[in-house]
Amino acid sequence: MFIAGEYDVIVIGSGHSGCEAALAAARMGCQTLLTTINLDNIAFMPCNPSVGGPAKGHLVRELDALGGQMGINADKTSLQMRMLNTGKGPAVHALRAQADKDLYHITMKETVENQPNLDVKQVLVERILSKDQKVYGIEVETGERYYTKSIILATGTYLGGKIIIGELAYKGGPNGQRAAENLTSSLKELNICIMRFKTGTPARVDKRSLDFSKMIEQPGDKEVHNFSFLSEITTRKQLPCWLTYTNEKTHEIIRNNLHRAPMYTGIVEGVGPRYCPSIESKIVRFADKNAHQLFIEPEGYHTNEMYVQGMSTSLPIDVQYEFLRTIAGMENVKIMRPGYAIDYDCIDSTQLKPTLEFKTVQGLFSAGQINGTSGYEEAAAQGLVAGINAALLVKGQEPLILSRSDGYIGVLIDDLVTKGTNEPYRIMTSRAEFRLILRQDNADLRLTEIGRRIGLVSDERYAKFVCKRDSIEESLKLLRSVMITPTPEIQAKMQAMGTVELRTGIMLYDLLRRTEINYNMISEHFDVPLLDSAVQQQVEISAKYEGYISKQLEQVERAARLDEKLLPEDIDYMQLSGLAVEAREKLNEIRPLSIGQAGRISGVSPADISILMIYIEQKRRRDEAN
Amino acid sequence: MFAEDTISTIATAPGEGAIGIIRMSGPLTIKIAETFFRGINGKNAGQIAFQQVAYGHIIDPDNGLVIDEVLLLVMHGPKSYTREDVVEIHCHGGPVPMKKILALTLQYGARLSEPGEFTKRAFLNGRLDLSQAEAVMDIIRAKTDASLRMAVGHLSGALSDQIRKMRYEILRMIANLEATIDFPEEDIEVLAAQDVRAAVVLLLTDVNHLLLTKETGRILREGLETVILGKPNVGKSSLLNALLKEKRAIVTDIPGTTRDVIEEFVNLSGVPLKIVDTAGIRETSDIIEQMGVEKAKEFVVTADLILLLLDASLPLSAEDKEVLTMLSGKQAIVLVNKTDLPALLNLDEVYTYIADTKVLKISVMEGTGLAELEQMIVDMVYGGEIAQKEGAFLTNLRQADLLEQAKYHLEATIATIDEGMPSDCIVIDLKESWDKLGEITGDTVGEDIIDQIFTQFCIGK
Repeated sequence: MFIAGEYDVIVIGSGHSGCEAALAAARMGCQTLLTTINLDNIAFMPCNPSVGGPAKGHLVRELDALGGQMGINADKTSLQMRMLNTGKGPAVHALRAQADKDLYHITMKETVENQPNLDVKQVLVERILSKDQKVYGIEVETGERYYTKSIILATGTYLGGKIIIGELAYKGGPNGQRAAENLTSSLKELNICIMRFKTGTPARVDKRSLDFSKMIEQPGDKEVHNFSFLSEITTRKQLPCWLTYTNEKTHEIIRNNLHRAPMYTGIVEGVGPRYCPSIESKIVRFADKNAHQLFIEPEGYHTNEMYVQGMSTSLPIDVQYEFLRTIAGMENVKIMRPGYAIDYDCIDSTQLKPTLEFKTVQGLFSAGQINGTSGYEEAAAQGLVAGINAALLVKGQEPLILSRSDGYIGVLIDDLVTKGTNEPYRIMTSRAEFRLILRQDNADLRLTEIGRRIGLVSDERYAKFVCKRDSIEESLKLLRSVMITPTPEIQAKMQAMGTVELRTGIMLYDLLRRTEINYNMISEHFDVPLLDSAVQQQVEISAKYEGYISKQLEQVERAARLDEKLLPEDIDYMQLSGLAVEAREKLNEIRPLSIGQAGRISGVSPADISILMIYIEQKRRRDEAN
Repeated sequence: MFAEDTISTIATAPGEGAIGIIRMSGPLTIKIAETFFRGINGKNAGQIAFQQVAYGHIIDPDNGLVIDEVLLLVMHGPKSYTREDVVEIHCHGGPVPMKKILALTLQYGARLSEPGEFTKRAFLNGRLDLSQAEAVMDIIRAKTDASLRMAVGHLSGALSDQIRKMRYEILRMIANLEATIDFPEEDIEVLAAQDVRAAVVLLLTDVNHLLLTKETGRILREGLETVILGKPNVGKSSLLNALLKEKRAIVTDIPGTTRDVIEEFVNLSGVPLKIVDTAGIRETSDIIEQMGVEKAKEFVVTADLILLLLDASLPLSAEDKEVLTMLSGKQAIVLVNKTDLPALLNLDEVYTYIADTKVLKISVMEGTGLAELEQMIVDMVYGGEIAQKEGAFLTNLRQADLLEQAKYHLEATIATIDEGMPSDCIVIDLKESWDKLGEITGDTVGEDIIDQIFTQFCIGK
């Protein structure tokens, strides 16, 4: 047996999840191995070439605040950025970037390859080595073994992958890659429960074959944005996306060919995501809609490939051609890569702890699409958390568990481990009950301190954060201490600012709460300094949304009290009298860490929670007595 | 200490005791009591010394009217059952003052306690010793099961239909607002804030209408007007006593009516029966004899429910036959009593006088058939068989409390819209109102919103 190396952490898979996991572990000082089926595929974007959007953009900002890489990488390789939802409240403003796919990959490849403590290798992992439900290494296709203290599964859609295009179906990963065929059986030997999900992607078409004059241009924002709180990019050459629509003719062709759609012929086994349906299921489910919008997105500066967003399909290639050519601007379209569906193995995420370690396999973590999620951002967020926790485990330190009020990362992971998912899971702002305080603009304020504590936040990042935090506090303190009274001089200022005159004395802070007033106006008329725009934004939000924010903070506090009530790990739910039968079974399966988490399990009622609280108190007193 | 919010409940079982107790526990307890208690010596609740009993009145702060004369006990934490501040209000045991006082505590910041919650707090705050833990768990479980059956099982069909309709309306709005937030680039028709406002205003009208039934809902307010008919010695009095004993009914003198007509309230699993002319029943001479069949006819016309007792040990009398014929088209139950004695009554003959009136064999003496009778009455009320002139109505304080909370959040939604706040702020209170309405019908919160988004809109890349 050839032992090729020994590590603290081994990451299987080098997609968006694997890269974050490996970087985090290595940066925390662990000897780390990042494995991949193909080195030319690191941080590859097999679906649409974009990062961010509502909730997803929030994840990227949070990831960045914790010292992750995705934000920085997207900033460096973006070919267009837009802030979405600007007409709505600040909590749902969301940054979305179109990325140059190749540049994104090569930039991330460069980062991981140059990371100290990190080795990157092209190997196909065949087996997890374990003894007594504790992992100690991997065995790869070429026969060698690598020993390790912990393993992170980040296999994406490669695990038992099957590609389907019309009548064609073959084993493989996305984009002509190999699939990982044998790893699933190794997981099954560890009693891990496997599920099968499905996803798909549209055709990529030749830019030269499109007539953009028949489409609507979708340019990026003029203002330059960045995901990372560290990035200082101020200019960016942007490329537009293009909007066009399907029509009745398109739908008719698809309807006439449904008998050839793998979705309906039964070739596709997996459960697909509702939010990302194929064009064939859109037309079946929303039969009365006579047009669906399509975004044509560039895949990079140096390629003619264009991504047809909205047209995910696994219909046969002749049908794909036929219906694409009915679309305005695509009459002469040339397909460069056909759309396809992919079936893949994933795990039931309720088998995981909130650290993303398996409850029953010590040292084995799982992150990304294998956990039943979809999306690069969801994958990256889990990768980071798994990487951090694997490193903390190796170092013998307390794990990192982010709560639902810490960030979308907390929401995502809590949903996965507490509720599980029966379709590919996508993060949405509507999944976050504390949405108002989980803003993309304050991700750094929420999480940098945590990142610092675990050792992922550099001095540079921390100094920037401290400066911002202190400026906000100082400014709020100042605004709350300066009182203005209804003197003629002040009333004249009110008029100049276009707001109603004062009736009594108020603080400048209260003046800022008025809808029509912004900080710059106050700074212009009163003796308060101009602020950095990020600081100013925080000050304005905390004044204008104060009522809603404080209400939400109260809810957070209440939730936190329940999350602080920990449930002992060895609790025998089956013996606990008084629990309803369904609650007992669910609790036994999920084994929540806290009363708070228990309350979020479906089928656990407030009465069951009361009973658990009595139990904890009973146990506490017994332990105290002993 | 496990101090959260302030809870309140009627601590005494609905019964015929002379007093009823409303109990509150939690940080706001004394403050709440101060809002509506006026001590006879001018003291308010906060000035009452520890463990002192104060005599005074409960005044409705809205109109200054006296609700009841009461004794007030103030127990400051930790020297109380729950180790929190506890106030007990001892009032007259009638259902009206008790419900009214409980409603006041809720109006001023308390929450209706969950089953077993006082005991739970007592334990968590160290008041009960370890050996009682199991018992506390059992209490919570037992009380919860019972109250769930009560709370959700007894929703009137019309009420739950209406609440579900309102919830669906709210859900559709939430789904639209959420979909446009989470999928801003999809071509979803944006629901304008003013349209949300208009819809919420309509919902509020419905909510307010329903809330009125809290006060005016006929059955709740007056009870289900029930008359017990039957010839002498058939067991009317025993039946009344059995119902009273079992349910510990409350005797009340209804003001404004003549002193000699006494009505008795019986609480059958939440259904208040108002048994009329109990004075007549209690006297050994029966009303048919005393007032003639004409009077019985009058009762039959006005009553919501007629219980006709027949004697299984005797053949049908002429009066029996006459009353039986009156039952057609009425909500009535024919009770064949004394089934413990040799049967001389010909049941087939009984059936020839009635169409679809229910017949139940009982023996008041042996206590058989009483549970079936109770179930039958409850089913008639909640199954909608008893004519309900006002359609959907609230059957208990819990529903009213939750509906009040839903109303609060709907009003907050309008305020948010009027302040020009964005859609993500509008959604906050809309969701809360949806949750509160769901608690009334017992519909649990789950993935509903997200499911609705994908059902309602075609979303995806």
